[in-house]
Amino acid sequence: MANLTLNINNKEYRLDADPQMPLLWAIRDLAGLKGTKYGCGVAQCGACVVHMDSEAVRSCVTRVSRAAGKKIVTIEGLSENNNHPVQQAWQQIDVPQCGYCHSGQIMSAAVLLRDNPNPSDADIDDAMAGNICRCGTYLRIRKAIHLAAEMQQKTANG
Amino acid sequence: MLALGYFWKADAREAEIIKAIDADDFGVELNAWVHINTSGKVTIFSHRAEMGQGAYQAIPQILAEELEVNLSEVNVVFAKGDNKKYGNQVTGGSSTVRTAYKNLLKLGATAREMLIQAAANKWNVLKTDCYAEGGHVYHRPSGKKFHYGELVTEAAKLEPPKGILLKKRTDYKLIGKPLPRLDTWIKTNGTAVFGLDKEIPDMLYAAVERNPRLRGKVKSFDDSAARRIRGVKDVIKVKMGVFSTYREGVAVIADSTWAAMQGKKALKVVWDDSGFEHLSTDEIYKRMRESLKTKEGLVFKKQGDPAIIFKNAAKKLDVIYETPYQYHACMEPLNCIAHYQGDKVEIWGPIQAPDWIQDFVSKEMNLPREKVIVNMTFLGGGFGRKAFMDYPHEAAVISKAINAPVQVVWSREDDATQGPYRPGMMYRCEGVIKNGAIDAFKVKLAGQNNDHWRSGKKGEPNRSSSEGFLKPYYDTIKNLSINDVPFETPIPTMWWRSVYASTNGFAYESFMDELALEAGKDPLEFRRMHMQDERVQKLIDKLEEVSGWKNRKQNEGYGVAITECFESTVGQIVKVSRNTDGKVKIDHVWAVMDCGWYVNPDTIKAQVEGSIVMGLGAAVNHQVTFKDGKAVDNNFSTYQMPRINDIPPIEVYIMDNEEEAGGVGEPGLPPFAPALTNAIYDLTGKRIRKLPFNLAEV
Ligand code: FES
Ligand code: FES
Repeated sequence: MANLTLNINNKEYRLDADPQMPLLWAIRDLAGLKGTKYGCGVAQCGACVVHMDSEAVRSCVTRVSRAAGKKIVTIEGLSENNNHPVQQAWQQIDVPQCGYCHSGQIMSAAVLLRDNPNPSDADIDDAMAGNICRCGTYLRIRKAIHLAAEMQQKTANG
Repeated sequence: MLALGYFWKADAREAEIIKAIDADDFGVELNAWVHINTSGKVTIFSHRAEMGQGAYQAIPQILAEELEVNLSEVNVVFAKGDNKKYGNQVTGGSSTVRTAYKNLLKLGATAREMLIQAAANKWNVLKTDCYAEGGHVYHRPSGKKFHYGELVTEAAKLEPPKGILLKKRTDYKLIGKPLPRLDTWIKTNGTAVFGLDKEIPDMLYAAVERNPRLRGKVKSFDDSAARRIRGVKDVIKVKMGVFSTYREGVAVIADSTWAAMQGKKALKVVWDDSGFEHLSTDEIYKRMRESLKTKEGLVFKKQGDPAIIFKNAAKKLDVIYETPYQYHACMEPLNCIAHYQGDKVEIWGPIQAPDWIQDFVSKEMNLPREKVIVNMTFLGGGFGRKAFMDYPHEAAVISKAINAPVQVVWSREDDATQGPYRPGMMYRCEGVIKNGAIDAFKVKLAGQNNDHWRSGKKGEPNRSSSEGFLKPYYDTIKNLSINDVPFETPIPTMWWRSVYASTNGFAYESFMDELALEAGKDPLEFRRMHMQDERVQKLIDKLEEVSGWKNRKQNEGYGVAITECFESTVGQIVKVSRNTDGKVKIDHVWAVMDCGWYVNPDTIKAQVEGSIVMGLGAAVNHQVTFKDGKAVDNNFSTYQMPRINDIPPIEVYIMDNEEEAGGVGEPGLPPFAPALTNAIYDLTGKRIRKLPFNLAEV
């Protein structure tokens, strides 16, 4: 029986979940949204980053009970048509290799750009140091965040 | 007829749906790779895995060139394991393009000619008056056209023509261009289906507690606490094949990944781990060092008589290099789905080696090979680890035991502590300089031979003893020997990105630097002197030009290394300096890749960038440490990955020439560590002969 309601990407999910279950596994196995990834389970890699009430959280160490009543956004809900400036910049620069880390990378970058519309390299390094990419796409991530900042600015200006 | 929506551009979930239904729905088969449906939609089957290296891009980019279709409009689907149809499907050894490109070009061209012939037949005109472009055949005199969908049924009935002339390189529209990757879109919105994301109806989840000592059996286990966990359905003893040995474990089966993982934590298992108890890294390396001192080993290569020169030389360099065991650390931990159904088993997962899985699982489970059906998903990294059969075998064993489809999920901790690992290696390098050049050169290596695990065959030197070393050195170093001193431990070992080149490269190219300095020569010039090969000469020129090697300033350290593996040569120059706080920092990396004929320069650059980042981790962070028979580090908290703030600027250049295609995914890795340590020597006078080393403490 459902014991918990989650709002994910503006949709209500009524779930039967152990309250101790990390949000990550509730999103993946119970809500069936597989875009959010498991990489370490111990807040080390950032593959599982989602937005909870607009802040980036590591869903692998966030209990599902804490997410009830909050607005969760996952990679699937970041934009209507894969067109958030961060997604567009990622596409233009062809950032992903295997791609496994990039749901988390993109979700982290989106929060960075909201808080800091024009980040320096050092700002980017600070904000993104929690996201591991084993394929080593870091230089492109940096480049794409600058590009996304530009795109965001352009939309804001006109 | 399918709803058109199924054929929207490269959406993985759509592709999954297509895959789930009958293959006929891709349309008509022109060959194993190319299907076209009657509305003209082209589906290309990727016979190899996509783990980031770009096969999902390269295979269609090659085929579309000769087939004359727009790349952005093709649908790409992973082929099932079927090596009768596709040939070798093991994605490893940087082999996808270099082994298949000629065949793929021919297949694309043959299919195109059949479509043109079909149009000529329909119009009853001369074939030579017709041509193909953008998925259509045109009749030049009249301007009439058909799209491929209108021709494919007829075309498929024609005899494939022989002896078709392939395009000249200068006529390529797609090949050689930095075209955007077809899988990027689905990797920015979370729809790419990795192994862990795959679901099949009624699937359960399993987590397995395996012996932390890398081998052995389950003596007994207590599952009472595990069974009390909400969602846990069953607990069973399982096994998986690791080469010719078996590893036993206890599997907890549950209705969610989390419940299975919790159940696993609650297990109490007593292990029988005879033979593996006290193994430690210190002891392993002590034994290696000892054997390099006392044993000559098996001759891998010998020319001239280095022994005589060593005996008579007034001065000889004699040094030891050391490299650690490494863990693959794919971002996506191992996982696999199996559905055993009595007369067959179907497998889905992040898989590099469908052929081997079919071979192994069919043998183990007593099924005909074609009854082991293997489906590849996207891989969240592979690096060699996912070219193995243990994890699919275990999934199949569990599915059979519980009589239900199951996804086995490895935790990061399982992934890190279970091996197989890249073998740790030690190298004893001896050399003599005469008249500013190498007079004698000898390398003895000690370390586990991956082939011993695979074939059990011993008594032959490691066939990869010189992997990474530039072959043209054999022409100029007249007195040379390379020996393999056999070395065994019970640790299972396997290929890791660039295999032995990743460790050999460090030894050979560091030693080359030491010899250059002994000779009083500039290290780049010294390499040039010993290299008659024109191709490598050109690569050296390019490295020198782009890095500003000649104009280096004081307080800057420059280091170079050049290695070759999988038919490609890569040279790298690293520049280092000291921070204001006196710590060494990496300022810049220049890389030049010579992989001959190539498909997508942007993919190549990405692969070299990524290889350098992985090489950086291997040089300054990573080693699997064994203590009391167990791998110590079990997560990223102690097995620290390079992060965005650790990465220096990297510039990658690609040589343009008319040579055959070489590998791309791996050859960029080996030169990084020696180029870095050579640069550090240049700056500080400190020679680093052991990896990993702490950059902050140099
Ligand atoms: S899976 Fe959450 S931080 Fe790694
Ligand atoms: S792209 Fe593979 S881990 Fe980041």
